[in-house]
Amino acid sequence: MSAVTVSDEQAVSTKPKVIQPAWVRALHWTNAVAMVLMIMSGWQIYNASPLFGFTFPRSITLGGWLAGGLLWHFAAMWLLMVNGLIYLVLGFVTGRFRRKLLPITPEGVISDTKAALTGKLSHDDLSKYNYVQKLLYAGIIVVGILIVLSGLAIWKPVQLQYLAALFGGYEGARYVHFFCMAAIVAFMVVHVALALLVPKSLRAMIIGR
Amino acid sequence: MARMRKLLIPGVDKTLLVRDAIKTMPDLTRRRFITGGASLGALTLLTGCDVTDSFSAEEMLKQVSKFNDGVQALIFNPNAMAPTFPESAITKPFPFNAYYDLDEAPEVDGKTWKLEVRGLVENKKSWTLDELYQLPQVKQVTRHICVEGWSAIGSWTGTPLRDFLKLIGADTRAKYVWFQCADKDGYNSPLDMPTALHAQTQMTFKFGDEILPRAYGFPMKIRVPTKLGFKNPKYVISMEVTNDYKGGFWEDQGYNSFSGS
Repeated sequence: MSAVTVSDEQAVSTKPKVIQPAWVRALHWTNAVAMVLMIMSGWQIYNASPLFGFTFPRSITLGGWLAGGLLWHFAAMWLLMVNGLIYLVLGFVTGRFRRKLLPITPEGVISDTKAALTGKLSHDDLSKYNYVQKLLYAGIIVVGILIVLSGLAIWKPVQLQYLAALFGGYEGARYVHFFCMAAIVAFMVVHVALALLVPKSLRAMIIGR
Repeated sequence: MARMRKLLIPGVDKTLLVRDAIKTMPDLTRRRFITGGASLGALTLLTGCDVTDSFSAEEMLKQVSKFNDGVQALIFNPNAMAPTFPESAITKPFPFNAYYDLDEAPEVDGKTWKLEVRGLVENKKSWTLDELYQLPQVKQVTRHICVEGWSAIGSWTGTPLRDFLKLIGADTRAKYVWFQCADKDGYNSPLDMPTALHAQTQMTFKFGDEILPRAYGFPMKIRVPTKLGFKNPKYVISMEVTNDYKGGFWEDQGYNSFSGS
């Protein structure tokens, strides 16, 4: 855990600055695995009773058929939830969320969006997020919480009926769950594309520096 | 089939229903997910392990599913009632759903049908439909949720199962009430005792104030609004109070056994 304390300090010694502390990296990649399992098995489950006029190609679904998809979904959910809870607790306790994600100002987001679109946004300091990153990373955490809560509401619409009611009941929770998935997939597309465009950010998430 | 289509609700994939039906056959295609799953599971969850060793993702998933049975039994609150709805909320037409077409659904003769009672009960007498119709009945308008994801609101009327269990002197410390059905493939399903004793768990004789039609399980269905639809057996012919886990038609194929909602 010593990495936590050095993580965002300005480089004090000859040691190279740690951009992503070990706990962030471990939780990030565990989350990546859990998310992929949840999304692919979730598509399998979606296909059994589609909300919209399309289904996901069989080749990108997990589980082979509905029961297999459900088994994967209800196994990977533990990985996702436990990992996510640890992340939230550590994010608050270490102050990482406050340091990295706040403040988020509309002016900052607008000017950084303009800068990004005109190719003027700098990536010199990977330990500092720009306003667009702050907004997206904070937003995806909220979406992550929502997808777990709406998933719990779908799983337990009687035992957790007050939670389900917050989403407009069982059927409402299905739609919220779907749109959260869509948001996460959209995030992942941008996130992975940008990580590949700025390889040193990917390196930082693997080896820390 | 045209009649079938009318009875299905929008959003339910018909081809999938048929595919589900095919999947009930004991062939190897259903098991393919295991092969696909084993390699992916080994690669993703156990990075670093030898993918070709004997580790089976299927076994791991089964264990987690059993664990999930335990978790669900723990969070099951016997006093939590499934939300009820006004009659105006009833889904019309209420979908017929099974792994067979409606014209292949069991046709039970109500005059000769008897409910067989077995296992840990004091009175093992079989019950005719007329005798069962004499028991006090209550109506519920609740949401039926299918394991596939769709849901529909229906009106079911019948005798609370717990009243019947009391009447026949069932040992309610037993673990399960196991139901068998008239389906030619022998549909069956176990119900855990706490759920069997839930106030809304019902031996259903009527749907929408009419004698239960063939589509919805004549002569008797077990309505369990705290469980997914496949744990609401139709065309019931016997019930057994038992401590043994006897498996179930869908449960044996991989659907989570508790499947509580």
